Amino acid sequence: MAPEPLLVFPDPPPPLLAQTLDLAGYPWKAVANASVATQSEPSDGWAGAVVCADEDPEGAFGICRALRKRDSTLEPVLLLVSGAQLAELEMREDLFDDFCLAPFHQKELEARLRHLFWRTGRGSRPEIVEYGDLVLNLETYQAALGGRPLDLTYMEYELLKFFATHSSKVFTREQLLSRVWGYEYYGGARTVDVHVRRLRAKLGEEHASLIQTVRSVGYRFGSPRWSPGD
Amino acid sequence: MQQQLDYVLRTVEERGVRFVRLWFTDVLGSLKSFAITPAELETALEEGMTFDGSAIQGYSRVQESDMLALPDPSTFEIVPWRGEDAPVARMFCDIKHLSEEPFEGDPRYVLKRNLERARDKGFTFYTAPEMEFFIFESADTPPVPLDTAGFFDLTQLDMVSDLRRQTIVTLEAMGIPVEYSFHELGPSQHEIDLRYTDALTMADNVMTFRQVVKQVANELGVYATFMPKPIEGAFGSGMHTQVSLFEGDVNAFHDPGDEFGLSKVGKCFIAGLLHHAREITAVTNQTVNSYKRLIAGYEAPVHICWARNNESALVRLPAPKRGKESSTRIEFRSPDPACNPYLAFSLMLAAGLKGVEEGYDLPPEATNNIYEMTPEERAAEGIGSLPQSLAEAVTAMEESELVAEALGEHVFDYFIRNKRSEWVDYKSHVTPWELDRYLGSL
Repeated sequence: MAPEPLLVFPDPPPPLLAQTLDLAGYPWKAVANASVATQSEPSDGWAGAVVCADEDPEGAFGICRALRKRDSTLEPVLLLVSGAQLAELEMREDLFDDFCLAPFHQKELEARLRHLFWRTGRGSRPEIVEYGDLVLNLETYQAALGGRPLDLTYMEYELLKFFATHSSKVFTREQLLSRVWGYEYYGGARTVDVHVRRLRAKLGEEHASLIQTVRSVGYRFGSPRWSPGD
Repeated sequence: MQQQLDYVLRTVEERGVRFVRLWFTDVLGSLKSFAITPAELETALEEGMTFDGSAIQGYSRVQESDMLALPDPSTFEIVPWRGEDAPVARMFCDIKHLSEEPFEGDPRYVLKRNLERARDKGFTFYTAPEMEFFIFESADTPPVPLDTAGFFDLTQLDMVSDLRRQTIVTLEAMGIPVEYSFHELGPSQHEIDLRYTDALTMADNVMTFRQVVKQVANELGVYATFMPKPIEGAFGSGMHTQVSLFEGDVNAFHDPGDEFGLSKVGKCFIAGLLHHAREITAVTNQTVNSYKRLIAGYEAPVHICWARNNESALVRLPAPKRGKESSTRIEFRSPDPACNPYLAFSLMLAAGLKGVEEGYDLPPEATNNIYEMTPEERAAEGIGSLPQSLAEAVTAMEESELVAEALGEHVFDYFIRNKRSEWVDYKSHVTPWELDRYLGSL
């Protein structure tokens, strides 16, 4: 579950909303207006926002606009609206990521939140590791290179995951063996060489150099050309 | 292990895999396969899939023909040539009795058992075969090489370059790193070197390799063959295999202080290969046709000797790469690509290890003179020859304690019976050569 709280509007929120969020295990904090939202923002930022527009539509759209206009746009934003307000959503598509009809069904709200977090990759939803063109989804075990799925064996995947989450550092074969294989793997450090070569083959000519051999030391993932800062 | 199972199940789900092919190998080295659906996969991984083994070469037994195929999740790969719309995956299987005891006739088990023996002595066995094969216009006989006068035009050059690129891409996508080269002979003969890995993975890779090469050729409308000697008077196709033993991270063949850079273990290993060469040849060269390759004049080995740089020696000691002394390895040059890689690697290892266990002495390095000597002179020097025919090879194998032990009784008996029968078939055949030679004059 996301350690950062969800922003909830208004303050206090409808009791059913508070209860639903508590039961689903989302920490949350209610705010009355945009300036309170800024003042009480946690240091790691809000995990997202659930904004009720059925009681105070103007205040609600105001806070959405404030959250979206910041330097780092807050997402996901889930809007709760009454059926009569649906027409008001027109021309406001940029203010929210999804909406839910109020009065809402608890299961629906939960499902929408779960899906929103999955889509935006925030919170406890799938952890994504990105490095240049390479994307690893740690939850589904899938790797992709330039949008193309990369088919790996389990150990190749584990090795690539380790590399991608520890880029730019040099590791000896022994370190890789104990960190990735996790035990005194029979066959020793040659195993690492063999797997690195297989990985390079699968990464293809263009990306094989992502894994660099550091002479008489070991391997390093990534090069200046690929460093995420570039 | 559980994580590997989860990984496979999840990948099948994520990638929308429609079928999972379960691959295994019969005693003669043919790839066998049956497909299961994703719904059956979890059960297959945990309990194995039951199949009827009576139709599989070397598996049949009178009373029990039902067996279990237990997929090895570490070998899970998406098969790239089936297209992205409905991906197909494959896994190699270990074959078991219904009681879940390993099945003695499973070549993968035979190799595992031999690797286990090496491991008990602290060794890991690595292999790197060089796979040679021919591309013909079709499987029709006689074979038509692609470079037959006039046919070798630009279109065909394009096809050959497609073939090369497609083969490399497919192999690498399946985690098999390679080096590709052409032969001077022309566009018909190709060589692909597989980069070294542990012998079990490599045997799996050889099985995959043969499948990929045939498939790619088929897609391009030509035919790939691993027949050892398809064209009389031309080079045959070999599977020179470089081998090395490691003790942990140390190359057990390497000794910087030795004149050849070769350790005691390395020398004994070569001596073992030479000493038992005749006994293991029926397996490394298992067809009647294999022996048409093992003749003088085509860089195929004939005499049982070793040398640093001689293309005709049975065992060659390639020079280690400069600055990479730990790359010391031994090249065994008799095997051909029609062999069963699990059994061939098992016997190379068993022969070499026997040399190490018994401390065999390494004979002197062969000089070019060997090829100029008369058979009598060679006999006097103690230089033997590889078997000249499948019949001779099977006889040598039959007398071998080493081979019987390494293969196990089941495979040993079946193999000899099968190869004897192959020889009887061949012997009763009246060849065009005989008709040409004798009919007009006798």
